[in-house]
Amino acid sequence: MAPPMSGDTRIPAIDGWFTDDALLGTRCGACGATFFPPERTFCRNPACASTDLADVELSKRGKVWSFSVNHYAAPPPYVGKEPFEPYTVVAVELSQEQMVVLGQLAAGVDPAGLKIGDEVEIAIEPLFTDDDGTHVAWKWRPVS
Amino acid sequence: VEAGFVTGEIAVLGVGMHPWGKWGRPFVEYGVAAAQDALSDAGVGWRDIGFIAGGETIRNGYAGFVAGATFAQALGWTGVPVATAYAACAAGATAIDIARARILAGLCDVALVVGADTTPKGFLAPTWASDESDPDYRRFRLLGATNPTYFALYARRRMALYGATEEDFALVKVKNAKHGLNNPNARYKKEYTVADVLESPMVSDPLRLLQICATSDGGAAVVLSSMDYAKSRGVADPVRVAAVSTVTPTYPNTVIEMPNFATDSAATVAPPELTYRDAIAAAAYDQAGIGPDDLDVAEVYDLSSALELDWYENIGLCKEGEAEKLIRDGDTQIGGRIPVNPSGGLACFGEAVPAQAIAQVCELVWQLRGEAEGRQVEGATVGLSINQGLFGHGSSVIVKK
Repeated sequence: MAPPMSGDTRIPAIDGWFTDDALLGTRCGACGATFFPPERTFCRNPACASTDLADVELSKRGKVWSFSVNHYAAPPPYVGKEPFEPYTVVAVELSQEQMVVLGQLAAGVDPAGLKIGDEVEIAIEPLFTDDDGTHVAWKWRPVS
Repeated sequence: VEAGFVTGEIAVLGVGMHPWGKWGRPFVEYGVAAAQDALSDAGVGWRDIGFIAGGETIRNGYAGFVAGATFAQALGWTGVPVATAYAACAAGATAIDIARARILAGLCDVALVVGADTTPKGFLAPTWASDESDPDYRRFRLLGATNPTYFALYARRRMALYGATEEDFALVKVKNAKHGLNNPNARYKKEYTVADVLESPMVSDPLRLLQICATSDGGAAVVLSSMDYAKSRGVADPVRVAAVSTVTPTYPNTVIEMPNFATDSAATVAPPELTYRDAIAAAAYDQAGIGPDDLDVAEVYDLSSALELDWYENIGLCKEGEAEKLIRDGDTQIGGRIPVNPSGGLACFGEAVPAQAIAQVCELVWQLRGEAEGRQVEGATVGLSINQGLFGHGSSVIVKK
């Protein structure tokens, strides 16, 4: 049997920031503070010196706080589509965590229809592909 | 500094700049030219300087050759004590703060502060040497979140919350372009109409090319001294530094900031009364013992035209959501109620990172001396500069005459 084609492997673009269907944050066992990206060393609440931080899945849905459509490719280490296609970065407010988290807008979504306050949900999608395989990351997709 | 404690003042004896541009020469040249200008303006010899502080950048080889010492070497080693500040866009203010602290502590009488940069073309990007543990690397890798991306998030938010329009943002560029026309140190000396701005290419929607500051080469320097030293040199009434604010954010910081992926969570600890940018200004006002009503002129960091509107509110020129009215009414143009960026701002300069906060102070000093030819704010006696450096570096300076 032939070895798998390169590009068939799904690789998290960063380790330990998300599961198959949720962002992974951490919660402090002492003060209850939540952190994203996951803070696994020290609690960053100045009133708390705990190191007891456990992984926790963040809310899968949130509301658009703001967004920006980029019409020029970012410089490396960003890896964009060839030829270049505009891409959108969305800031999403998670109500339970009371925090705003950035992410790209999911593939195939037209940002022209996006508004502040729209409900979106997380999707783990391809970010870019190279010889090692398909690197995936979290993105935000409007809830239809 | 505790709130309400008015710090001692120091004198600005001299200011100097190397014009901003895209000269492509070593940054040391710009820094030395600016330093020599400032020394000559102060009437102080380099060998009389008791302390040198440099503003440093991640660029230019070994982190801007660790700037303070490189400038000292270029000016000629004198054995002068040195410090170097790296605080991204706030590097210049941090360097000024270090020099001020030395002077107020009586550790030196007169200090030189220098910042200079040579920038690459295009978007500022993380260094290649970085790995995945660098948040600046990660935001480009995982999001493609350039600096203008973050500015655009704020801009769109203003549009949704306060009814700001693309025309409002364009008006800021039009005003600043007009201000900078006669500034010999500005890089861009060209007048623009609202239509010109709105026809420029879209970069990070809703921000267009002419609404986003460029990266520039340039250098700026100030000579600072104790009030006694100024008097001993026969300078009876110098422009004084009344405050330098270099505050960090207070947890939980609930505004998404470059290069972060998320805000702090406010679910378990209530957010502070003031947002971070408000707090940078508040700390400066506290130190100087004055308020926004006392200002005659301000230099704010218009990384984007829309961000200038945010600063109007952060420094208390108006209430939240009212900045659009200020720009529409012409309140912030020269001749208006409170002129902002008479230098032309970043719109006319572009950004030379470790020099920029020093350049803001240079402009305020020229304004307070009445030497800002072609862009003078008449009768200005109190000025404030403000800026924010990546990763949580406050930068605000208040000068008085």
